[in-house]
Amino acid sequence: MSRGGGLRTYVLTRVLLAIPTVFILVTMVFLLMRVAPGDPITAALGAKLPAKELEKRKKEAGYDRPIADQYVEYLGQVVTLDLGESVTDNRSVKSIIVENGSATLELTLAAFSITLLVGIPIGLLAGRFRDGPIDVGGRLFAIVIYAFPVFFLGFLAQLLASKVGWPTSGRASPIVDFDLDKISYFYVLDSLIAGDWNAFWDVLQHLFLPALVLGLTISGVMIRLVRVNLMQTLRGDYVEAARARGISERRVVINHAFRNALVPVITVAGLQFAILLSGAVLTEETFNWPGIGSELIRYLDERDYIAVQGIVVVFAIAVVFVSLLIDLVNAFIDPRVRYR
Amino acid sequence: MGASAELVDSDFELPPRSPGQLFRARFREDKIAMASLVFIGLLVLMAIFAPLVVSIVGGPDPDARDTGALDPLFATPTGPSADHLFGVDQLGRDVFSRVVYGARVSLTVAFAATFFATVFGVIAGLLAGYFRGWVDSLISRSVDVLLAIPYLLLATGLASACTLAQTKGGGSGCLGGLVKPGLGVVIFVISFTSWTYMARIVRGQILSMREKEFIEASRSMGSTDARIVFSELLPNLTAPIIVYSSILIPQVILYEAALSFLGVGVTDKPSWGQMISDATPNFSTAWWYMLFPGIALVLTVLAFNFVGDAMQDALNPRKRRS
Repeated sequence: MSRGGGLRTYVLTRVLLAIPTVFILVTMVFLLMRVAPGDPITAALGAKLPAKELEKRKKEAGYDRPIADQYVEYLGQVVTLDLGESVTDNRSVKSIIVENGSATLELTLAAFSITLLVGIPIGLLAGRFRDGPIDVGGRLFAIVIYAFPVFFLGFLAQLLASKVGWPTSGRASPIVDFDLDKISYFYVLDSLIAGDWNAFWDVLQHLFLPALVLGLTISGVMIRLVRVNLMQTLRGDYVEAARARGISERRVVINHAFRNALVPVITVAGLQFAILLSGAVLTEETFNWPGIGSELIRYLDERDYIAVQGIVVVFAIAVVFVSLLIDLVNAFIDPRVRYR
Repeated sequence: MGASAELVDSDFELPPRSPGQLFRARFREDKIAMASLVFIGLLVLMAIFAPLVVSIVGGPDPDARDTGALDPLFATPTGPSADHLFGVDQLGRDVFSRVVYGARVSLTVAFAATFFATVFGVIAGLLAGYFRGWVDSLISRSVDVLLAIPYLLLATGLASACTLAQTKGGGSGCLGGLVKPGLGVVIFVISFTSWTYMARIVRGQILSMREKEFIEASRSMGSTDARIVFSELLPNLTAPIIVYSSILIPQVILYEAALSFLGVGVTDKPSWGQMISDATPNFSTAWWYMLFPGIALVLTVLAFNFVGDAMQDALNPRKRRS
């Protein structure tokens, strides 16, 4: 089998395997929302409308039909990506995803950058100079930070930040938020597009604290991972061979060991994505970040089927997609993966 | 490492030691893990004898509202004092008592949810690895699905559904009233979303082990599937199962705190996550109300992490985390 053929078959199998996963997921979300009693109309408007009016509304929305019919209709909607409108505040699921999803994505990406910025250098230095001060400090930091719940660390950070007048909640100051032209809904990008440096600085300031807290809680895992990988790589035959050829230790470490040590990081990056999104929910609640996680919690409280279903489905598809992407990148970098 | 060096260097009178004895000897060498184990022991005692601990210190009942302890002018929480070691919350409840009683919820959930997740994960992994075919496909797909949803979102959904659900008898809860709102729902939800890694680990082990000679031998002697699974395979899996469940415990504690923080945890008893959550609106002025449960939480998780890591090292001395 040629190289290209192997990769193509691998990609095809992985993509096909993702389809049943998404299908089961969509079904589970649907059942979960129907098994629980009550319907969104009663939950949202029950106190405001008379019983007769409620029945009429339920009928209009189709909630009196058999579950199987509702399921078929729902599957059709998912396939055509028409996820409907929230019952409680008539927002289309699409706009919820775009507006709040971008907030979550912005936070997650910023947090992940911090994880990499902290985790890779410390992990590499710790692995290179084993049992040195950076190694001992890094290991201690990794263990301790892992024990901190995101929200507790968040409160401590807010406590410190409020002492020095650094913003501790929201995505931007109210005026900036109001004035900003939302094109991509990534505030950092939008303020740059607008060329408004004051807004840009304001947005960055607001982003920094939640991203730092979320990023740090995961950086412990990253330090450990990079460190262990580098130590394994440094014991590898090809590193020994490079040394034997008289290449300086500096070049051996930087050109030969570092790169190979970072390959598994990509895999873990994918695995961390779901964890990061979960962590993002807590961070969003802590810092009043208007992300999709905190929106979901609110819609759950309001028993808004449509919104919850839509958000969870998109969320899950995103996670499946990212893990698929990671597998493909891995297969591309490391040919051994394809033939497993 | 010391223990294995000792094995090589000693004279011939070294008494034979079982794997269990070796494990204990290696574990004892880890001083931090031993200290953590003592800490956990004390914590468990504190949780069991919470009323006694509180009365020795002279603290009030965790739910007693001492409005006299609130700030006389603004009725805001007051900080640590002689009457209230860790201060009081916005309802005048003693923070120290609540932290002590909070250990009950954390530890109950930690042990119970870890137990159920382990049992379920092991069964699923055994079935998938041993029978392969469609059983494996079904279980592995379900694991993929569960791993694809950020677990906190799934848990929040499940918890709110279970808390609202009505049974035919008029009671509330999930699975026909088996899972009651409060502690029951939290344990159920956490177990339901935490068995996946255990299932994957057990499945992988079984897949490779079922091709080994001793299984072949057992099968050739006419052993039934049940006998092979329970007498041959399962005993060989004790080590990874114990190690993984010890790693699961601290994760479950953080998980419970997160659920409480999101407002779907245990609400009828004091819990650390819920205290931190309650402190949200006024933590900048009433730091004690957030700090003490937070510290209790971090120390507990830290201790369980140290023990879990040490157990992992003691079982695989060659594969140290290093």
